[in-house]
Amino acid sequence: MTGTVAAIGAGLAVIGAGIGIGYIGGKAMEAIARQPEAAGDIRSNMIIMAAFVEGAALIAILLSILMA
Amino acid sequence: MRNRIFILILLSLSLVFRVDAHEDHSVVHEEGHGKFDPGATAIHHISDANVYSILDAVRIPLPMILKSDQGWDIFSSGKFAAGAHEDGANAFNGYVLHHGSVYRVAEAGFPMEGLIAIDGFKHTEEVVGGKSKDVYFVNYQNKEYRLDARTTLDGGILGGGFTSFMDFSITKNVVSMILVSLFLIWLFRLAAKRYAASPDKAPRGVQGLLEPLILFVRDEVAIPFIGARYRTYLPLLLSIFFFILGLNLWGQVPFLGSVNVTGSLSVTLVLAVLVFIISNVLGNKHYWGHIFWMPGVPVPIKILLACVEVMALFIKPLTLMLRLAGNISAGHIAILSFVGLIFIFGNSGESLGGSLVGTAVSIPLTMFMMTIELIVAFVQAFVFTILTASYIGAAIEEPHHEAAH
Repeated sequence: MTGTVAAIGAGLAVIGAGIGIGYIGGKAMEAIARQPEAAGDIRSNMIIMAAFVEGAALIAILLSILMA
Repeated sequence: MRNRIFILILLSLSLVFRVDAHEDHSVVHEEGHGKFDPGATAIHHISDANVYSILDAVRIPLPMILKSDQGWDIFSSGKFAAGAHEDGANAFNGYVLHHGSVYRVAEAGFPMEGLIAIDGFKHTEEVVGGKSKDVYFVNYQNKEYRLDARTTLDGGILGGGFTSFMDFSITKNVVSMILVSLFLIWLFRLAAKRYAASPDKAPRGVQGLLEPLILFVRDEVAIPFIGARYRTYLPLLLSIFFFILGLNLWGQVPFLGSVNVTGSLSVTLVLAVLVFIISNVLGNKHYWGHIFWMPGVPVPIKILLACVEVMALFIKPLTLMLRLAGNISAGHIAILSFVGLIFIFGNSGESLGGSLVGTAVSIPLTMFMMTIELIVAFVQAFVFTILTASYIGAAIEEPHHEAAH
């Protein structure tokens, strides 16, 4: 039972991270389209932001692994 | 092009053979575990080991350095005579090899001195405090003796804790780290010699491989995040980048042991702690001021922000550690699960038709996953480096005199 709940928790964390990274990626694409000369800066900032979102998701997944 | 596809198929097959050998073994030796368990198989293949096995054909013994209440034991893991599935046929001084890792007999009655032939292993699950825990036994002269796993410093969070012995061995992961480091030293010395010999010529050979990567780290990571003093920290960033990248790529080579060094929490823990120490030792007044007493906000908010910032101080290295280990391990597990499809479809080797269908599904998926992992190897090395640079940059940033916060 705890295993199932933990799996649902991991899934929810991934949904959250997916929405977050999707937003970041989408906005970065828009920004690059508006200002192609700033593509380099936008790309590295995009990766950092994605890494932060991913970090939160990874903590949630680790917790659900530990709870399982 | 055709050659490349052929090589890719061969590489995917090599993974198939590894799991195949495992499958045979679990049917024969583990009572009640004849059914294929993809999760356990994947975990076994990504864990560290005390023997370096290549394709279940070549087993390179590694040095064992163990400490128990009986004192130090230093010997070669060849003494265990590891066979199928990295299970040792012998016990030495009370130590046995099971699933590639060393265990110590914890029950009285087992002869704790010298080399003794043993009859195999048994695995059961025990419920301790609402959590099921794996318990291993060794068979010796028709009696079962309980085994103790090595001491882990996590205090039981990940199922370990303090046990009867500590393991300081040169494991598969340690050997991989040494090999990759030596290779990188050789590669960079080669490139450095060429630059010294002909500084004005266009780069060729190994220079052409390294120069874009080094320039990328300098121009995209070091200069934007650290600023004018980037030269001091460039060697650190380059070391981190190439160490992680080298180990990520080494873990992608399927024939040579398929190690999972950067996917191991202990390795990434050390890297993250290094970054934590370096960035905080470098921290100037401005940096600590922003953590404990944020300028430009009312006092109650200052106190609240201090709590948040102190938490963030420790969450930064924690996520650094988890991100790298999680991404690399997840990639390895995904590849192994796709290969495991063959055994799920084939009903653990009972149906040939099912295995063939499974293989047809599994090979393209595995190849796809390996391509993704190749990208992830670069992206994760880059992310680790860029975050290190941004933490160092935040720590050494000088206050802007003209701007009010």
